[in-house]
Amino acid sequence: MKIAAISKKLDSLYEFDREPVNNKALQGLGNFLGTYAGEHVAGTEFVIGMLFVAHGVSVTDMFLGGLIGNILAVLSWALITAPIAVKVRLSLYWQLKKICGSVLVFLYNIINALMFCFLAGAMVAVSATAVGIPFDVKMPTLSDLYPSSVGWVVTVFAVGAVITTFAILGFEKLARFSKVAAPWMFFIFVAAAISSFPRLGIETDLSNFWEVANTKIWMGTAIPGQSQFTIWHVIFFTWFANAAMHLGMSDLTLLRYAKKWQYGYASAVGMFLGHYVAWIASGILYAAANSDAPGEVAYQAIGIAGALCVIVAGWTTANPTLYRAGLAFQVASPGWSRWKVTLLAGLITTLAALFPALVMKLLDFVALYGLVLIPMGGVIFADYYLMQKFGLKDYYAERMKINFNWAAGLTWFILLAAALAMNLIVGIELYFLPLPAWVLAIGLFVLLSKIYQKKIG
Amino acid sequence: MKRILQLISLAGLLLTILPPILFFLGRISHTLQNGLMLLGAIVWFASAIFWLGSKPKPGQ
Repeated sequence: MKIAAISKKLDSLYEFDREPVNNKALQGLGNFLGTYAGEHVAGTEFVIGMLFVAHGVSVTDMFLGGLIGNILAVLSWALITAPIAVKVRLSLYWQLKKICGSVLVFLYNIINALMFCFLAGAMVAVSATAVGIPFDVKMPTLSDLYPSSVGWVVTVFAVGAVITTFAILGFEKLARFSKVAAPWMFFIFVAAAISSFPRLGIETDLSNFWEVANTKIWMGTAIPGQSQFTIWHVIFFTWFANAAMHLGMSDLTLLRYAKKWQYGYASAVGMFLGHYVAWIASGILYAAANSDAPGEVAYQAIGIAGALCVIVAGWTTANPTLYRAGLAFQVASPGWSRWKVTLLAGLITTLAALFPALVMKLLDFVALYGLVLIPMGGVIFADYYLMQKFGLKDYYAERMKINFNWAAGLTWFILLAAALAMNLIVGIELYFLPLPAWVLAIGLFVLLSKIYQKKIG
Repeated sequence: MKRILQLISLAGLLLTILPPILFFLGRISHTLQNGLMLLGAIVWFASAIFWLGSKPKPGQ
């Protein structure tokens, strides 16, 4: 497909917000509080809290590590993402395009879309663990990587079909339902945790809560077959769970509507209600249950309402994710209509969902997702703060009318290759790689831009 | 009318959070807890859909 055609198609997808947001369109703090609260109480929360328990985090790791990690995430949004967002007032797409050019943005979009598909797949699987309960489907366990039964395969396909259908019909129809579901889901997390207290032997005056927490929930020893986590795993995973959004700069698209950069602190609602509380709650649920499947865990705690919450949580995360994947893939497809592309994306998503590994290894996937996209956030940061300071041109692709800014592209590819080498060869876990990748991206982009801009002139 | 719907929704949330507290305190059975929470879910969704979420999020 020719570059001009790609560029035109991409631009048309985002045409409605080509121009910087003007002052009349700016929105109040309440909107951001609501948005962040809703976005971060999701299907993933059921799984992450469970997996922390499985990986043997201690009480201190969970409570203190989670606190530190979430504070760092909020500071990333407020101090790094929001200041750029309120100054440039552009979406991520247009900001990246000005710096990187059409072809590199196209690549970014496709890779992002693939990651979306896998994330949606994990959520399809999460929902399937609840949908399968009345049919007595054999659920996957923590060590399962492949489909566990015919019933599982049928359930996943059924859930995938429904979610794909809604994504084809249009994300907007679901957006309102997601907003309605979010407050209820948060209450369910807390309620289900409280309901699990008797099964864990917690006294009604809560006098032995910490003792039970230490001996039955966050025991500090990983389940056989799972790697042992420390407080550093919790801190770094928690900080970079949304790496793509804060240091990865994807939330430029959201925060460009903020009246001032301090609205970045609204992310605290999502981090502390959605992540901190929900992960602690799902850890409690898991410790009290005798299953590794989120749907069964919730059902054992609070019955149908719990199973319903898992279905809704998985669905409301999967649907917009799949919709966005469809939009992104549409650019690459030769004249296909959006519904066909979304159907294809839905098929990829559903096939991925068949493999329980996507759920049971969700922590690794989330870390990988952030790692893959975070270098471009470093490029945006460097372009905004450092290009002119070093006598270089910012928005280089736009200024020079080029389609591929090699300084940006090489920064991304080199750092990804280095990060994957550190993981696969040296053995450094994925959770610890996004931070150095982001920091090095800033320096490498400036250095490569010095060479590249001199060459192009 | 909106105020009435909000009160009904609040009842739905209370039916979500109070039953497990009562169950924890030994005042109601697990089965009753589950039933009340399911009722709470129905009440919440049936009422909140009419007043919550009508304002688009930033950018929509």
